[in-house]
Amino acid sequence: MLRRVVVTGIGIISSIGNNISETLQSLKCKKSGISPLTILNTLHKDTFPAGEIKFTNHELELLAGGDIPEFPTRTTLLGIIAAKEAYGDAGFKPGASTSVKTGIVSATTVGGMDQTEQYYFDFFISDSHLHYVRTHDCCDNTQTIAECLGITDFMTTVSSACSSSANAIMFGARLIKHGIADRIIAGGTDALSKFTLNGFNTLKILDEKHCRPFSDDRNGLNLGEGAAFLVLEAEEIPVRENRKIYCDITGYANANDAYHQTASSPDGYGPFLAMKKALDMSGLKAGQIDYINAHGTGTDNNDLTEGLAIEKIFLPQIPKVSSTKAFTGHTLGAAGAIEAVFSILSIKHGLIFPNLNYSGKINELNFEPTLELTEGAEVKNVLSNSFGFGGNDSSLIFSKY
Amino acid sequence: MEAYISGLGNISAQETFDNFVFLENIRKLDAPLTFCIEPNYKEFIQPIQLRRMGRILRMGVTAAAKCLKDAGVEVPDAIITGTGLGLVQDTEKFLTAVIENEEKFLTPTSFIQSTHNTVGAHIAVMLKCNNYNFTYVHSNISFESALLDSMMLINENSGLNILLGGLDEITDTYFKITDKAGLWNKYNPEEQIPHIPEKAIAGEGATYFVITGVSKPENYAKFMGVSTFYKPKSTGGITSNLLKFLNHNGLTISDIDLVLLGQNDTNGDSIYNSIRSGILKETNQGYYKHLCGEYYTSSAFAAWLAANILKRQVVPDAVLLKGKQTKPLKKILIWNHFRNINHSFMLLSAC
Repeated sequence: MLRRVVVTGIGIISSIGNNISETLQSLKCKKSGISPLTILNTLHKDTFPAGEIKFTNHELELLAGGDIPEFPTRTTLLGIIAAKEAYGDAGFKPGASTSVKTGIVSATTVGGMDQTEQYYFDFFISDSHLHYVRTHDCCDNTQTIAECLGITDFMTTVSSACSSSANAIMFGARLIKHGIADRIIAGGTDALSKFTLNGFNTLKILDEKHCRPFSDDRNGLNLGEGAAFLVLEAEEIPVRENRKIYCDITGYANANDAYHQTASSPDGYGPFLAMKKALDMSGLKAGQIDYINAHGTGTDNNDLTEGLAIEKIFLPQIPKVSSTKAFTGHTLGAAGAIEAVFSILSIKHGLIFPNLNYSGKINELNFEPTLELTEGAEVKNVLSNSFGFGGNDSSLIFSKY
Repeated sequence: MEAYISGLGNISAQETFDNFVFLENIRKLDAPLTFCIEPNYKEFIQPIQLRRMGRILRMGVTAAAKCLKDAGVEVPDAIITGTGLGLVQDTEKFLTAVIENEEKFLTPTSFIQSTHNTVGAHIAVMLKCNNYNFTYVHSNISFESALLDSMMLINENSGLNILLGGLDEITDTYFKITDKAGLWNKYNPEEQIPHIPEKAIAGEGATYFVITGVSKPENYAKFMGVSTFYKPKSTGGITSNLLKFLNHNGLTISDIDLVLLGQNDTNGDSIYNSIRSGILKETNQGYYKHLCGEYYTSSAFAAWLAANILKRQVVPDAVLLKGKQTKPLKKILIWNHFRNINHSFMLLSAC
């Protein structure tokens, strides 16, 4: 029960880079990935910009490398790319046998919907695209990634809306603490789809302009797509094998706002609980958090209630806070893992990433997000928030090892 | 790791909603798909809410409410859900609207309810439950993942009362598409699909448990362990995983009083049959999918069945496949697989 869980590998793909080094470069030079949609074939492509990865599925297949099954979905392809990078970064070769009990916990919100929505009506009248029926399920990405990496000991898939992959990381860490596995590849993946774009549009929370998290003139979110994975291990394994350790996972918590399916409670009670419980678990004082990577979607409701919850815990001394959603868009089931990678990069490189597109403080709040890149900072503890539909709120704390 | 079952709530193709009755009038399932026997929801859900809720949401919320009442728990310390498919009806509704209306004139209700965590989230809102809330969505091991998480939480704090559920719905549309894709054809390892393939009957269900680390005489039974594995290379791999699982729980195969198998009918498939005539040869064998149908979280139905068998100390005749009624019934093993991809073992014990 007392095993420490450390991060030994990271991998990512999003609209700001196909890998860790491109991503870091974009974050450092304030290069956003939000742009007009050109890959997703939607009626709204000239209306809503998004964090779209500018590769066709065929191009993504090439990027993912060999050993990919026939007819992968976009969600699965993104997952393979990020998971392979993370696995390699930790020093492992896909398919190589290991005596360490290894599992995968992946997350997604819509699974293979990107293909299903293209062929749904065809399924009834023709036999030509029926292979996408089986890849629709949320577990498809998990199983395919597992096969690419050669993982068979344990697997599962989490889906809790926009906090899905934060929850995957949390569950992965707990599996290691409980000795059910010694190494877990944890993260999530989601591709843009007409289904989600139209869904968010019916809720009237998509911004037609570039999103402006924590800004008084914010007017909704931009969707995005991507995937990120972490390699989590019981501390003794990388220590024994003399491999690099990025950080410790010192705190995590999952709470439910229990207020409404799509809106958070006026005072952000669920977000407050998630952050508070994660802090309690880590044993850290509020003042020891150096950076909060906020959920910060850019919607009226989220940024206000998240801000209030942050104040309730951290006032009078609010740490540096930024939302990186204006870089990547809201990548839904992948967001928690993508922002976990950002948090880890913050610790490793002593960076605090800027909150883009800010024009003025939210009236009800007493703090402003950090607007410029901070370099050479001593970042010891980072809190990463992921909140979702259904009030599923989760916070993770990463600490310098 | 041990977790006592202190409450049950089960909506299935059988009359299972009344916890005082146990499979008295067994219903033969209709092929090719069978829906649940649904209770009167109005006792559990306000009419204004009921209208907006899809079928699986109604079933989940109601089975959960029944289960909590059975356990005497008002607000659980965690709500953990397993669902292979999530809210199929709402997903189909919104997807069809997106395509038919060419992305115009859409309304949000079915989109909001299409997310896989809707049932767990809805229960949280109804109970004002701010606690841990998780949803697992991995095919036929979704319930097993939720169970594992629940048992880990109880291991961390034995005083918790956890609401654990496994649920999936079937719709005509979903059946039509998946049937075309061959999902219901019985597993055939040689890929020699006969001209008219034998098919499993598609089903659905919503089965909830309250589990806790606290031992009480009224508890039904206890979960002792759960294990899942992926694509075994051979039946020998299944046997060795089973032995490992039993050994981990301090047992051998002779300690198992009954094994409940996830086969769809008395014939089974080559995977079940080779283990049945191998390591399980001397073990009393039963099955359950002829009662609930095939669906991703049917193993939750199997766990409900096992809990009742252990509590009542009787194996219904309709369940017994091979062997005899033995007493006392102490340990039940459940083994399920779907198309030999994901396998699971669950172990339940009398209290």
